[in-house]
Amino acid sequence: MLAQARQRLLEMHGPRAWAALLSASTLVLLLLPLSNGVFAPSSVLHLPDYLVPLLGKFLCFGIAALAMDLIWGFAGILSLGHGLFFALGGYAMGMYLMRSIAGEGVYRSALPDFMVFLDWKTLPWYWWGFDSFPLAMAMAVVGPGLLAFVFGYFAFRSKIKGVYFSIVTQALTYAAMLLFFQNSAGFGGNNGLTDFKRMLGFPLHSPTTRLALFVASGIALLLTYVACRYIVTSKLGRVLTAIRDAELKARFCGYESTHYKLFVWTFSAVLCALAGALYVPQVGIINPSEMQPSNSIEMAIWVAVGGRGSLAGAVLGAWLINGGKSWLTAALPSVWLYVLGALFIVVTLFLPKGLAGAWSKVKLMRKRRT
Amino acid sequence: MIRPILAILAVAAPFAVSQARAGDALEETLRGLASPDGEVVERTLKTLAEQGDVSVVPSLEALCDDRLRVGSDGAVYFTAAHERILRNPISGAVLAPQPVGVHDVEINNQIRRQALPVLAQLKLHSPSDSVRLAAAQELEERGSDETAPLLRAALHDEKVAKVHNAMALALARMDLQSPDPEQQLAGLAVARTLGTPSLRGELKRLAAPGAGNERARKEATQALEVIASRQRLVDLVGALFHGLSLGSILLLAALGLAVTFGLLGVINMAHGEMLMLGAYTTYAVQIAFERWFPGAVRFYLVAAVPLSFLTTLFAGVVLERTIIRFLYGRPLETLLATWGISLVLIQTVRLLFGAQNVAVANPAWLEGGVEIAYGLVLPYNRIAVIVFATVVTLVVWLLLQRTRLGLQVRAVTQNRSMASCMGIATSRIDMWMFGLGSGIAGLGGVALSQIGNVGPELGQTYIIDSFMVVVLGGVGRLAGTIVASSGLGILNKILEPFAGAVLGKIVVLAFIILFIQRRPQGIFTLKGRIEA
Repeated sequence: MLAQARQRLLEMHGPRAWAALLSASTLVLLLLPLSNGVFAPSSVLHLPDYLVPLLGKFLCFGIAALAMDLIWGFAGILSLGHGLFFALGGYAMGMYLMRSIAGEGVYRSALPDFMVFLDWKTLPWYWWGFDSFPLAMAMAVVGPGLLAFVFGYFAFRSKIKGVYFSIVTQALTYAAMLLFFQNSAGFGGNNGLTDFKRMLGFPLHSPTTRLALFVASGIALLLTYVACRYIVTSKLGRVLTAIRDAELKARFCGYESTHYKLFVWTFSAVLCALAGALYVPQVGIINPSEMQPSNSIEMAIWVAVGGRGSLAGAVLGAWLINGGKSWLTAALPSVWLYVLGALFIVVTLFLPKGLAGAWSKVKLMRKRRT
Repeated sequence: MIRPILAILAVAAPFAVSQARAGDALEETLRGLASPDGEVVERTLKTLAEQGDVSVVPSLEALCDDRLRVGSDGAVYFTAAHERILRNPISGAVLAPQPVGVHDVEINNQIRRQALPVLAQLKLHSPSDSVRLAAAQELEERGSDETAPLLRAALHDEKVAKVHNAMALALARMDLQSPDPEQQLAGLAVARTLGTPSLRGELKRLAAPGAGNERARKEATQALEVIASRQRLVDLVGALFHGLSLGSILLLAALGLAVTFGLLGVINMAHGEMLMLGAYTTYAVQIAFERWFPGAVRFYLVAAVPLSFLTTLFAGVVLERTIIRFLYGRPLETLLATWGISLVLIQTVRLLFGAQNVAVANPAWLEGGVEIAYGLVLPYNRIAVIVFATVVTLVVWLLLQRTRLGLQVRAVTQNRSMASCMGIATSRIDMWMFGLGSGIAGLGGVALSQIGNVGPELGQTYIIDSFMVVVLGGVGRLAGTIVASSGLGILNKILEPFAGAVLGKIVVLAFIILFIQRRPQGIFTLKGRIEA
């Protein structure tokens, strides 16, 4: 039994890769929190408080990148709708956070402020149950998952694939964005949900809560990574790759490609929703602009830069691009879009396998030389 | 002695002099208006009414508005509203030198009451359609019992339908407001035939329970129903028309998209930016005309159409040669790369022209519209857009169906390797078709600049809709694109009043997603070629 598990672990990664993963996790889950919590603010080793939610955000993006890589890199389905699932997960969390401060808003009403503003007297039915944390978290996963399942069922059943699928998912996201922009939709319209105060009774603005959220995101990322790695090294993963490379042949071999695609699509959407749910308490706001088509496409470029079909690459890509974005939009705002645009072009033209592909090429060349 | 001389003069310089004479005589008559004797004024007004000369209208208006002035010699002048400069009472020309010793003509309300009907009568018989129309509309706003008979007489003689309707409407309103049941019924009959919504207030008053006459109430209720159903029809036609013009833009945007997708199998995310480039080229041409050929600004569109086409065609060819062609066979990567291109283009335009929307003005000949029914104005710019899109589509169709290039394009679309074997330079076809598709989008941008906002993000708002057109219409078939774009445009606009713009859009998207369940290849498909 134990030997079997060991065997399976070694199938997922070689010992050196496991060691690398372990050290990366130690850094994120142990050293960074220590540096923020233990060292004095004047110390060089101190991680400034303002960086904690920023890095926490990156961890969430890492989860989203993994979700994107799973569906695009391994199943060959380019989704331009992952921004929607991300935002839906975020909205579920936002709804919980709004409900948890019922009565403490500007209007001292049991309803969220924006509903008072709209002169609503009762809570809409789809807000029921969001005052309970477990229920809200269940909804954060079940809602987007169900949407993905139904949408995917219809899309894959009618053999929509390739760019068609991308365009239709983009349209879905766009439609949802328009819907959420409506005040009457009951999600706060333009402004979305914001002014959160507490989560599970802990004040969101305190450094400790932020650190806890950071660590939670780190653990979620680690678990997501392991789960994704487990999937792609399993037989299921092999079938997915087969479908990606030659769907007809896979079907002729007796694999019902629709089921496989539907599973990985729904799973990926759920992961993305999870990332969104962790993201919202750290940035303190969720609004419909998260569903902009550009957000979903940016997720694709994280994966493209990191390397499709390489899980670690996808996470790294997400970090690199978002790090660059945070830095450039502050330092040279007008240049950022050029950089991003150029990234899209250069990566697709010259680095079709992303940084991970370039890395393995370098390794290969070194091996040949010796 | 004088008479023969006058006769000679009249023959010798017939027009100018007789005109001047008539003017002089009229000016003489007008002096009566400034008389302190009320009876003289009254007589003068009567004379003017009998003469029926419209050129005294400004003076009469001035009289009623206390803008009439009289000189020490008894000559009258008037000033324009909010002005102090004295003008000739007939021609309205500014007098130089300005007469001195001029004082106001004082009138009382009795005279004003007598002057107003004269004024109305003169205007209602003016030879100019627009003056009569304005008079009728003014009387509709504040007509009185004295003017009603005048209006009735004018209505009887009126030939121009538009003015006739306006007069009838004014009369109907007066009738409806009168306490006399007979008159009310007459007004109701007219209101019903005209079916104009502007009478709704009066009709509602009459239809209200307990508002006097039983018959009038019934008729008023019926008239209200007629008006409501007519209004629904007007709204529907208006929505159809707006949808058609929106569909025309979508058509121009989707045409190039469908052709390139059918031919190259790539989705060009920067296609919307070609619309934007076309619109901005139009803007640049407009600015250039304003600066260098201010006299010809009216015709800037004539230059903007070919220039936008060439600019975007060039941009398309450059993109194809430098980026797209290396990505054939990798449609998803093309999608991402073209998205990158669109980001770069948007940012460049933003830096060049600013992030705000720019103002592209309709040339004068596209302003206004034709009113085909009361309350239903079809603006010329939208009509022009529809015509323009039709012409462009026709040209593209001819190009694809009737030229050698079109034949080659169709061959490559059907079977690339076979076409290549037959000696068709497929790579060159790709380049030109990509350029052409972009060029058509550029033309769409010109059209769009005439009916919508022009800003850096313009392309983003249309790209998703035009993708939907391609998804719905299928690729490689013009008919599918045409039906899908006009259908989507109209569906959007028809749903708007019921569901609101946003919900309408969502319904349309849901419809598309359901539609491609049944027909994944679009409305029209090319048979036997597209792999399952």
